[in-house]
Order: sequence, then C-alpha cells, then structure tokens
Amino acid sequence: MLRQAIERLGNRTIQGVWRIGYASRFFVAMLLHSGTAFRRFGLTIREMYFSGVLSLIIILVSGLFVGMVLGLQGYETLQRYGSESALGTLVALSLVRELGPVLAGLLFASRAGSAITAEIGLMKATEQLSAMEMMAVDPIARVVAPRFWAGVISMPLLAALFSAMGIFGGYLVGVRLIGVDEGSFWSQMQGAVDFEQDILNGVIKSAVFGVAVTTIALFEGYDAPPTAEGVSRATTRTVVTSSLAVLALDFILTAFMFRGLN
Amino acid sequence: MNRTVLDLWVGSFVIAGIGALLFLALKVGSMTTVNATDSYEVVADFQNIGGLKPRAPVKSAGVVVGRVADIRFDNQKYEAVVTLRLDKRYAFPKDTSASIMTSGLLGEQYVGLEAGGDSMNLKNGDRILITQDAVVLENLIGQFLYGKAQEGKAQEGAPK
Amino acid sequence: MQNDTLVEIEDAVFGYGERPVLKGINLTAKRGQVVAIMGSSGCGKTTLLRLIGGQVKAGQGTVRVAGESLGELDRAGLYRLRRKMGMLFQFGALFTDMSVFDNVAFQLREHTDLPEDAIRDLVLMKLHAVGLRGAADLMPSELSGGMARRVALARAIALDPALVMYDEPFAGLDPISLGVTGNLIRRLTDTLGLTSLVVTHDVQESLKIVDYVYFVSEGVIVAEGSAEEIRASDLPYVHQFVHGEADGPVPFHYPAPSYADDLQLGGQGA
Repeated sequence: MLRQAIERLGNRTIQGVWRIGYASRFFVAMLLHSGTAFRRFGLTIREMYFSGVLSLIIILVSGLFVGMVLGLQGYETLQRYGSESALGTLVALSLVRELGPVLAGLLFASRAGSAITAEIGLMKATEQLSAMEMMAVDPIARVVAPRFWAGVISMPLLAALFSAMGIFGGYLVGVRLIGVDEGSFWSQMQGAVDFEQDILNGVIKSAVFGVAVTTIALFEGYDAPPTAEGVSRATTRTVVTSSLAVLALDFILTAFMFRGLN
Repeated sequence: MNRTVLDLWVGSFVIAGIGALLFLALKVGSMTTVNATDSYEVVADFQNIGGLKPRAPVKSAGVVVGRVADIRFDNQKYEAVVTLRLDKRYAFPKDTSASIMTSGLLGEQYVGLEAGGDSMNLKNGDRILITQDAVVLENLIGQFLYGKAQEGKAQEGAPK
Repeated sequence: MQNDTLVEIEDAVFGYGERPVLKGINLTAKRGQVVAIMGSSGCGKTTLLRLIGGQVKAGQGTVRVAGESLGELDRAGLYRLRRKMGMLFQFGALFTDMSVFDNVAFQLREHTDLPEDAIRDLVLMKLHAVGLRGAADLMPSELSGGMARRVALARAIALDPALVMYDEPFAGLDPISLGVTGNLIRRLTDTLGLTSLVVTHDVQESLKIVDYVYFVSEGVIVAEGSAEEIRASDLPYVHQFVHGEADGPVPFHYPAPSYADDLQLGGQGA
C-alpha cells in the first residue's frame, strides 16, 4: 500500500516535471518561430479578430456592470464617512489596478483561451497540423505563434476597454443616478490615479496575463490527445489552469509593483 | 469572412483599445507625472511629516506644481528629509516656505508651498529653509486639553 | 544520374517507446510506379509513411528518398525534401478554416512568390485534375468525404511533387467515390510522372491500380510482388487477406487465456 502510494507520487512528480519542461520548450520554440507572425502580420491580424474582437462584447458588458456595482457599493460605504466625493477614486483605482486586468484576463481565458485550445486540439486530431508539417510548413510558426502574439496584443487593449467601461459605469451610477458631484468625482480621481504607477502597471499586468493565458491555451491544445475526449478535457484544463495562473500572477505582480508605495 | 471586413474590425478594435488607454491616461489619471527632464528637485527638512507619502502632491495656492519624490530620515539631525520634484514651469523664490497640510479632516496629506519675497529663485538641489510640520492630531488634542486645564486653574484662582 | 529508385528503405526499425512497430523493413519504390503497402489494421503501415515523410526517425537502418538519407538531414534539409513530397491523409486533413481554393493554394502561397493570378491558374488546374474546379469556393465542411479526399489530393500535388503518399485513401468511401479515387491515383501517377505510395487495406480496389504490392504484418514484410503475383499467391497470410477470410494466420481472437479457464468452468473459484 505505502509503496504503491509512494510510487504513484513519484510517477506524478516525474510527469509533472516532464510536462513543465515540455511546456517551456514549447514556449521557447514559439518565441523563436515568431518571425512569420510579424513578417506576415495578416496572420496575426486574423487571430486578433478571433481572440480580441470576438471577446469585445463580453468584456464591454462585464466592465460596465462591474463599474456600476462598484459605484453602488462604493457609494454605500463611502457615504458613511461622508466622503462620497472619493467615489471616483475608489472606482478608478480598483478598476485600473486590479479588477480591469484580472477580470479581463479571466474572461479572456474562458472566452478566447478555450476557443484556442479547442481549435488547435481539433486541428491536431484531424491531422491538419501533421498535414502542414508534411507540406514543409512549420505549424508552430504558421499556426501557434500568430495566435500567441494576437493574444498578447489584444489582452492589454481588452483590459483597458474593461477599465474604461467600468469607470463609465461607475460614473453613470455615482454621478447620474445618485448625484455625486461630477467635478469632484473626476478631479479626485485624477488626483489619485497616477499614470506610471497605476495605469502603466495595469497595462503591464494585462500583457503578462495575455502571455500566460495564450501560452497555456496553445500548449494544452497542441498537447491534447487527438480524440474528442482529449480535446474537451484539454479545453477544461485551459480554463482552470489559466484562471489560476491569472490570479497567482496578479498576486505576485502586485506584490512587486506596489511594494514601495505604502 | 472577407479579408477587408476582418481588417476593418481588428482596426476598430485596436483604435477603441488605444482610445480606452488614452482615456485612462488623460481623463482618469493625471498625466502630469512630472518626469525628470522638465523638472527640478528641492529638499526640505521637517521634524514631523505625519502621514506624508511619496507621490503626494505639492501644491501652491491650491494648484499642483509637483510631487513628493522621496522621503528619507536624516540620522544626524533626526529629521525627515523630503525631496520635492517641481515642474520647471513654476519658479519659486529662495525664501519660499513649505508646510505639510491635510486636505479635509481625513484626506490625504500634501506639501503646500507659500512663496516668499526673495529676488533669487530656487534651483535644482536647493534647500527650503522655512518649513512647518504636519499637525498631529494627538498633539493638537493634548495642547487643547492642557490649555483648558490652564484656563480652569486660572478661573479657580480668580475668586479668591 | 537520374536514379530509377525514388524511395529506398533498408532494415528500418522503429518503435514507440518500448513497443516495436517496425522490425526491419526493406522496401523500394521506383519512379512512375504505384506501390501499395497492405496489411491489417494496426500493423504499422501508417508509421511507415511517417517514416518516409520524416515525421519520425528510424531507430536503425536507413530511409532514402530521392537519394537523400532522412536520418542525416537537419530540419531545413528535411523541409526542403518535403516540398518534393505530397501526402494525402486518411480523412483529407483539409484546413477547416479555409476554402477549398485556399487549401490548394496553401503551399503555393507559403513556398513561392508567385503573383496571385498565377496561383489562381495553378489552383484551378489542380482542382480541374481532380474534377472539382466548380467547388473552389466551398468550405471543407460542405464537402462529402470523397470530395474532401479529392481536394486533399489536389492540395498534395499542388507543388508537383515527385512522391505522393496516400494514407488509407479508400477508407469510408462509397463504391463510386472508391472507383473515382483509384482511377485518379493511377491517372495522376502516369500523367504527372510521379511515384505513388498507397497504404491501404482495400485489396480489391488497390489491386486494380497498383504496380507492386508489399504485405506488412507485425512489423515485417511478409510478401511482395506485382498485382498478378499477389492474386495468385498461395501464401496463407496473403490468401486470407486477399479473400477476406475471418480466420487464418491472422486469428479472429485476440490472444487470451483459454476460454474455459476464463469462464472458470470446472468448478474452481467462485
């Protein structure tokens, strides 16, 4: 019994390490074969349509609602201390620093990441990747790398749109609906939000999330067993793993970025 | 999907995304982070800075003219050394005074500058000599109570 | 130095992990021939094609295509050699996100700097050769299985390769498509002067069109010869295969312990 348990643990560990190594090699190969993605930028633009444009609706709607909820809840809390005028600051800082990149990253993982895994997995299952290889075209350069760069470019834009939409939602609820003073809403926000510390860091965060989510999605698809079951499991794993990766990376990045602040 | 339609969509997406970034940068954040090229730094010593933090605004007559760049502790004089990064567009006389103020009762703290009358202006690396410390609430209350107590004694002594 | 032999395999050994799949294969294909590789399912035929295409490397022995040894080529060399090969996958493996036209044009766009007019002409010529010029604007999902395979064939010959490999080209086709595909393979081989390697288990259809047949069983070549020799062969394995008998050298039953023991007849156990 014990021996079996230890063996199983050992087996799991070896497999885990092997997979991490394989994924790192995949990542490096993807970076090395990125030339095509830029030389023929049309390929990347095409993928930006699928991962970026098609994620727009969910990002914009979620952003609006999150902002509106922040406006309501923030007002509720702030008015107890008589500082409703800080509502803009609260909404903007929470969105720009955390909620924008993180929620956009999570939505991106479930909307675009799962689609990428399913697509690559199916291309593998139907031998399209093998066919490409036999036609002397490297699938990593032709299929994988453009999707990677499309994700990395799209993600910060989506996060920015999410934050902007959220601030607009907070403005709608806070200023239009509840009647917080419009001037102090914006001016307090501008006084508190710093371009470099808050906005730029948010952009960096979302770019890192883009790298993580697309890499996981592409790897899971590329590594999926070429069966219907294998692809569906890989898709689930993409959503779970990349969501966890977004949250964990968010903690690490936040710890680094805002360490010196307070 | 037609190639040009696709390009159009992606183009609009990128424009919208960059628009959102610009909105964040200009309307939400104050792009007025003074960078090193068009700013100058002066230092000021305070005995007590209260809750002042780096990046707090430096205001004069209520206008933001710079930011707190750095806060250090001088182990010789046992004082706080605050570095202020001021916008080059604004020049202040050498005898300008700096004080630490609070916006509102519980608001954030900032450095207020009050211009003096000297004909020479502050230059990069100069030191502001006249400073006023942060008002610490506990001290204020202590002074108030002490004052009340004194008043009470005086009144007690009066009828005799 | 125009050599008559295009593909030459000597003593190739290959295994996935510890499971040996090919245990010493010798095979040659001459230019202009249609060569069939037959055998029951799972005997390593597809692996043999992957070996020739350079997708897997032989553990031992040599694989030579057009005089170049695959084991000694680096990646760039392999990709250069692959431009002389076309491969038809079992279910076509068409790119599902591209139209029929773009599928056939794929290699031309990737590997040549031809202007779009020239590509259009070439693609329509290839599609005409497989009889599907009218389907150029369809998407792969709109094609029947037989049509998809013909499109894949047009795609495989887009760059005028010297060698075309077919992985189970007859699997899952109706009798008409079967005949069409068989004829196409023969006709394209003759008119384009290429060499065709057909992996199949469809004996009757392939014996009509091939010049030479190899029988693979359990990782070794068990029989070879021209179509007539194979038909006339009295080797038990070949006989069973050609005539589709249920039992013979290839047993109906997967190896198992004695039936009686397995059902625990005889009283012991529960």
